[in-house]
Amino acid sequence: MKKSRVIQLLGLILIGVLIGLGYTHRVRTDAGESITAVGSTALQPLVEAAGEQYSSTRTGIFINVQGGGSGTGLSQIQSDAVAIGNSDIFAEEQPGIDARKLKDHQVAVVGIAPIVNQSVGVTNLTQQQLIQIFTGKVKNWREVGGKNIPVTLINRAQGSGTRKTFETYALKGQKSADSQEQDSSGLARSIVASTPGAISYVAFSYFDKSVQVVNVDGVQPTEANVRTNRWQIWSYEHLYTSNHPNQLTKKFINYILSTAVQKKLVKQLGYISVHDMQVQRSAAGKISSVK
Amino acid sequence: MNAKRVDKIATGILYGVAGLVVIILVALLGFILVEGVPHISWHFLTSPALAFEAGGGIGIQLFNSFYLLFLALLISLPISLGAGIYLNEYAPQNTLTGLIRTTIEILSSLPSVVVGLFGYLFFVVQFKLGFSILSGAFALTVFNLPILTRSIEEALANISDDQREAGYALGLSRWETVTKIVVPAALPSIITGVVLSAGRIFGEAAALIYTAGQSAPALDFSDWNPFDISSPLSPLRPAETLAVHIWKINSEGIMPDAKAVSAGASAVLIIAVLLFNFLARWLGKRLYKHLTAE
Amino acid sequence: MDKIRESLLKKSIATKIERRGKIISLFCLALIVGIVFLIFYFVASRGLATFFQNHINLWQFLSGTQWNPGTNGTNGQPAVGALPMILGSFLITILSALIATPFAIGTAVFMTEISPRRGAKILRPVTELLVGIPSVVYGFIGLQVVVPFVRHTFGGSGYGILSGTFVLFVMILPTVTSMSADALNAVPRYYREASLALGATRWQTIYKVVLRAAIPGMLTAIVFGMARAFGEALAVQMVIGNATLLPQNLVSPASTLTSILTMGIGNTVMGSLQNNALWSLAMILLLMSLVFNLVIRYIGRKGKLNHER
Repeated sequence: MKKSRVIQLLGLILIGVLIGLGYTHRVRTDAGESITAVGSTALQPLVEAAGEQYSSTRTGIFINVQGGGSGTGLSQIQSDAVAIGNSDIFAEEQPGIDARKLKDHQVAVVGIAPIVNQSVGVTNLTQQQLIQIFTGKVKNWREVGGKNIPVTLINRAQGSGTRKTFETYALKGQKSADSQEQDSSGLARSIVASTPGAISYVAFSYFDKSVQVVNVDGVQPTEANVRTNRWQIWSYEHLYTSNHPNQLTKKFINYILSTAVQKKLVKQLGYISVHDMQVQRSAAGKISSVK
Repeated sequence: MNAKRVDKIATGILYGVAGLVVIILVALLGFILVEGVPHISWHFLTSPALAFEAGGGIGIQLFNSFYLLFLALLISLPISLGAGIYLNEYAPQNTLTGLIRTTIEILSSLPSVVVGLFGYLFFVVQFKLGFSILSGAFALTVFNLPILTRSIEEALANISDDQREAGYALGLSRWETVTKIVVPAALPSIITGVVLSAGRIFGEAAALIYTAGQSAPALDFSDWNPFDISSPLSPLRPAETLAVHIWKINSEGIMPDAKAVSAGASAVLIIAVLLFNFLARWLGKRLYKHLTAE
Repeated sequence: MDKIRESLLKKSIATKIERRGKIISLFCLALIVGIVFLIFYFVASRGLATFFQNHINLWQFLSGTQWNPGTNGTNGQPAVGALPMILGSFLITILSALIATPFAIGTAVFMTEISPRRGAKILRPVTELLVGIPSVVYGFIGLQVVVPFVRHTFGGSGYGILSGTFVLFVMILPTVTSMSADALNAVPRYYREASLALGATRWQTIYKVVLRAAIPGMLTAIVFGMARAFGEALAVQMVIGNATLLPQNLVSPASTLTSILTMGIGNTVMGSLQNNALWSLAMILLLMSLVFNLVIRYIGRKGKLNHER
């Protein structure tokens, strides 16, 4: 009985000493040396990869990147809970967000294109046809020169950045008809690949052989066409900070905007570098050329 | 005569139904294993995941799953043990106790999405724990408490009152009787319950997406100081678990071998749950023998 | 004299330990109950905001068929009609329970009455194993196997209530089976012996005696399975199509409360109408699991009365 008490006591002391040692010998990180970025799942891979590269060369710095969606990112940065809010859309476009309190950093561009199932037999659509399909006026692929297969719309979730961009620039601001919805690009692609007559839209980085990419008005969805705005369905990827971000946040955003990251990582991950853009677009959708 | 024939027919139908169910279940398991096992290798089990290249593994996710499970059990086991003891040994049989039992059952049938969102609002935002293992462990605790409490209560209820009376006859107080006699006697079934609930926690994804987070930053496996943020033991780092990883690569994965990774990870998950089950049985049996033989 | 008296009247160490133990265990219990109330408070505070802050009519919310919280519906009010989701959730839950019940009870009878040894050796471990499979994996298989199967056999795009039902059927089967088996096992042995002694065949015994006696337990199992089906999110979301339309038939795309909730929550800003509306959906889920539990308890109490009679 007594022996076991002693052992218990010793064990407790040992644990206490270990915890104390751990605490005093921890890697010292000054306040603000760890930042958190939360938001868009489409932007998450880039920030995550950049964060890993950034902290691998600088000891004691930790960049914590989380998904959760653009809405989460914007509301977290608005309530000052994180250092960076990742978003697919302009803060001005998100209801419930006061864009004046936030600072926008555009770090990449994403092109979005319609994809259809291989069986459809369509490789080009006019914008008018695209609108008719997504608003439910065209119900069979025969009507737009394809095979006799009914159209199955696969939309993205309400409020998602990809859907907003697509509705604004591909459908000229028209709302698409109520239809199936999926909240992620990967699922949308695999559903289009396996469902006859299906149409959806994904970012360029999700193109693969399982689906047919569609040209709009004869323009191919390529990086070169996005740069000149010939392909109009694209959006910025934003890192939002408060108006006065701390030093590390500033440095990290500059790092993402540096040529090293923009030339390599951004391309590897299938985004388009902001440095390559020959045009720029405002939150209201106004296009102007970059010198 | 007629009754006998009916008996035969009914027996035949029951065989058929049971056989069909077994076929469905085995086909399901077989499908997962056949799809996934070929992708499992030592490299796959130990290397970190890659975001956009082929050949990534699930090492960190696997470690996170186990660590999260360990923390969740560490928090939920004492609480549910205490609650189970009170419910079975002390609680009077009245309306209030009935009400409390209902509350616990409500918790057990709570959709895991709701638990996840609650965890997000409460632990991540309110308590400012951020997306971290600790938030995830708390969310899993909420998820696990009712199941564990119920299985512990049942285990205690199955101990016959003779044992308690023997304790009282020896002059032990109620608490001493419970801790020294009843709980040890119920230990085998308690452990079985714990390990089975561990299987459920292990596969949980919806409750973790918004609490433990969806990213698995690289870990420094030479640093075991829990206060360092890159240490595997740090409870404040974000931790994507295996089940969340499967969900993520199916929805947003852009690596070329996403299908293979997800199939392999699913198979690993199943095998882990399988091991838990065997472990539960084996431990239960051994402990039972050990405790009854002495 | 006084010292002895004092030591006799003083609370013994055992009493103190007893007191402490009781308080600790009571505290644990209180903690759990507290968590439940906390969850209710959090969900309700957000979910009720739709009605009190954004002034949405409760009836419109429950009976409206348009779901697009960002825009205004035909009546000028924000389009937050949750009826398609509520209907979808109910249909999918009831249908999957309807299909799962005969299978589960048949298997449970087989496990307990016909071949207990095989039941314990094969069926039980397999069903317990299936409880641990993550729902993502179920959804994944549903996408690869169930959806094409439904499309080829029943037409449509394959996404819809029917696919969701099949996936949920397999998901709740293990739960309902093992709980039904527990209920059957709890029927006292002498019931069976008495029936067999009267010359009843095995089937007569099962059908007329054992099943009847186990009805409350099996109902609990079914309701429990339904509660699981109602709250399931990730697997259903992958195969149901997530269209906020009133289900026309079983193969047209539909949606459930959970699928819309998980899809939308990341894309909305806390405190906005869109976000509050989603929390209202969560509140409906919560209230429904409350109802399911009350049903379970009601059945349980009735069952007890029957036994005592």
